[in-house]
Amino acid sequence: MFKLLKYSLYDILKSRFAILYTIFMVLVAVSIYQVSEDLAKVSLSLLNIMLMIVPLIAAVFATTHFFNNLEFTELMLAQPVKRRNVFLSQILAVIIMLSAAILIGFGIPMLLWGADESILILLAIGIALSIVFAGLAFLASVLTRDKAKAIGISLSFWIYFSLIYDGFVLYLIYSLSDYPLEKTTLSLVFLNPVDLGRIIMLMKLDISALMGYTGAFFQNFFGSAKGMLLSSSIMLLWISWPIATAMRIFKRKDF
Amino acid sequence: MISVRNISKKFGKLEVLREFNLEFEAGKSYALMGPNGSGKTTLIKIILGMVIPNKGDIIVQGDSIKNNFKYRSNIGYMPQIGRYPDNMKIGQLFRMMQDMRPEIKEYDLELIGTFGLDQMMEKPMHTLSGGTRQKVSAALAFMFNADILILDEPTAGLDPMAVETLKNKIKKERDSGKLILITSHILSELDELTDQAIYIYEGDIFFNDSVDALKETTGEDRFTTAIARLMEWSLKKKQHKTEMSHV
Amino acid sequence: MKTLFIILFLLSSPVLADTIRLKPGDSIKEAVAKAQVGDVIILTAGEYIEHDIIIQKAITIQGQGMPTINGKDQGDVFIVAGENIHFKNLKIINTGKSNIDDSAAIKFFDSRNCSVEGVELDNTFFGLHFSNSSNLTIKNNKLFSRAEREYQTGNGIHLWKCKDSMIEGNYVEGHRDGIYLEFVTNTISQYNTVDGNKRYGLHFMFSHDNSYIKNTFRRNGAGVAVMYTRNVLMRDNIFEENEGPSSYGILLKDITDSEVVGNIFRKNTIGIYMEGSSRTLFKNNAFTSNGWALKLMASCDNNTFEANNFIANTFDISTNGSVVLNTLKENYWDKYEGYDLNKDRIGDVPYRPISLFSVIVEKIPSAVILWRSFMVTLLDRMEKIIPAITPENMIDNNPKMNPYDLS
Repeated sequence: MFKLLKYSLYDILKSRFAILYTIFMVLVAVSIYQVSEDLAKVSLSLLNIMLMIVPLIAAVFATTHFFNNLEFTELMLAQPVKRRNVFLSQILAVIIMLSAAILIGFGIPMLLWGADESILILLAIGIALSIVFAGLAFLASVLTRDKAKAIGISLSFWIYFSLIYDGFVLYLIYSLSDYPLEKTTLSLVFLNPVDLGRIIMLMKLDISALMGYTGAFFQNFFGSAKGMLLSSSIMLLWISWPIATAMRIFKRKDF
Repeated sequence: MISVRNISKKFGKLEVLREFNLEFEAGKSYALMGPNGSGKTTLIKIILGMVIPNKGDIIVQGDSIKNNFKYRSNIGYMPQIGRYPDNMKIGQLFRMMQDMRPEIKEYDLELIGTFGLDQMMEKPMHTLSGGTRQKVSAALAFMFNADILILDEPTAGLDPMAVETLKNKIKKERDSGKLILITSHILSELDELTDQAIYIYEGDIFFNDSVDALKETTGEDRFTTAIARLMEWSLKKKQHKTEMSHV
Repeated sequence: MKTLFIILFLLSSPVLADTIRLKPGDSIKEAVAKAQVGDVIILTAGEYIEHDIIIQKAITIQGQGMPTINGKDQGDVFIVAGENIHFKNLKIINTGKSNIDDSAAIKFFDSRNCSVEGVELDNTFFGLHFSNSSNLTIKNNKLFSRAEREYQTGNGIHLWKCKDSMIEGNYVEGHRDGIYLEFVTNTISQYNTVDGNKRYGLHFMFSHDNSYIKNTFRRNGAGVAVMYTRNVLMRDNIFEENEGPSSYGILLKDITDSEVVGNIFRKNTIGIYMEGSSRTLFKNNAFTSNGWALKLMASCDNNTFEANNFIANTFDISTNGSVVLNTLKENYWDKYEGYDLNKDRIGDVPYRPISLFSVIVEKIPSAVILWRSFMVTLLDRMEKIIPAITPENMIDNNPKMNPYDLS
């Protein structure tokens, strides 16, 4: 496993994409720091990058990588190694590369100009969403044999979770505004990893507004560590289930 | 050494292999033939564990391949088209493959030398021509002194000199008692390298016997014409298959 | 006439006043009964178990080494009606817990020129309770209540129909209302810290002409609520961490002709909630990290918001109507995205502090969960370009480019 990962990682880190993505992240971070006068504004500008751009890049890159590496995967499958390890080494390499780009890209500007807790949490959310969308992309990839189709599915995941889903929730809230839907909305939001990342951030940036929710349940949820804990554990579920499902399918997939 | 037992495989609705039974023995070399889409590559991939059969099992050196990966360290596989990590250098690729078989300490580096690969160990894979890649694939297949060699179109894309080198290597390994399984479109080459012929047609085994028996059955002296005759028959009527395969 | 003369005489010559020293076990009631006008009763350190001590003459009760008077959960501890009665450096604990007679540690009726200083109260129902009194000094006291629910406790410093008083440097925690004023006039509250009370930190009604300066109101159940009052000055106070569905930095209801200047509103669900208020000036306040900096109901008019900082609030302003009769000018809004080509530090395009989404949230509070989603950002952008729903004249025509230094 570790050997496989070592080689997958070596390959991916030397790819042109890894370098371009890291440079892109550095440029984004530097420009955000240059434009924003304080750290609070930095985290606001970062939020949209982490919630929109990072998942998009993760989804497209992971799908492309899976198919570009298909022959290598086949080569590995003919070697005396476990299928599970072939899969894990591939996805871990993708995840490590994506996370490293975020960490390096933002780490250097942060070391130079400082960071606060919410920026660090944002980076964690960016990494978590990278993993979620890399997982979904691998799931799309193992479900189909066609690269274009897989990229299509990955992109649909992205569009669905970052745009359509919220529109649907907003529509639901709006058209059923006469009913007490707070709990329903909150649980709906948990079914979407992008929203989940956003809620974790809201709990940092906008807790005062969230505390405006009526009901002891919400006071308890947002007011204590409970909300953060629950959100993070559901995020963990989001991180694990696409990868686990993709791995199950990969293990019985024909190459 | 390898026994294929009741293997069936469907891709969607398409039945590629039907109740397949085959025995491959050590010290023999097999030519796996059949028209495009007949299931040759699928069979090889099933043996290698890359394709999972719907039914049946394969026993390699006494062990079932189900949920097993170790048996593959005894198989040298040369794929039809070898694609490798773009950014990896030849030398790194060799080291990586050696790394995956930590139990094997002695390597057969003969082909690396004769192909001249040792001169270009620092070249990244993506700069290599198709022929050089093929040489790399061949070198890898033979590197670990595996008891079983599975070669999928081994000479495709190689220059004539390299073809000769490879053929000699195959013969040498065959004579040293290894099991060799070759698919190729170049029939003359198979005649030279193999002593057993397996002809697959539409998911069934149409012929499975020694090359001599093949020549005898078809009444042809030359391997190529014998095969051509076989193909003619297979296309004509399916019921031939039953009598032929039990000759 | 003769008595009055004696009183005046005694007051003017404290040298003649006696000092009565008590030790634990002695009766305070007896000492009070024996004491002459102007006497000082000194309680030495230790615990005195007594309640309903009635004082009607001008004496001073003073502790030495913080003696404790334990009311053993019965009635009031001191009941006072008179002039020039002073309490100093004592600790009073465990009053009765009655809503009917409003048990308090010290309860004043119809008194004048009285003071309570350096007194510590613990587990009292009401803390210091004053009715119909004037010229009071309430200074440097500490009041704690340990109640868990709002109905289990009374107010910390409670004044009803009082005037010309000073409430200074007190610390009030855990009561129903920290400081409660009703029909109180000409009174100054300053340097008080009011923390973690069940209902309001400061609650006043019909209390005109008062000033509130440099107080801190923090983590009170519903923040601060002030009603039906004119001519109030609130300056340099801090209102922070009042979080909850009906929790406010300040709730202003029918407040007129007042000034709210130099205050800090930080981490409140709603910084200022206003209804029925008019002719009030809000200047140099800092609104930071609130859910809503301002909720300005349509019933407010002629108020001016000038030179305030709005920084890191989820929503700057929301309102419930479309008519706006208030003025916003020269505030700093961190969400302002305009430019300043003529370099006069005033943005060249006006700022509209009400976003489309804040209008939606005003109608459907639970929609706030979608805040900062791409969807909502998109909606807000569209509204900024073509305003359709947000009130037309809720607008700051001279938004500042840089924040004011309001520290």
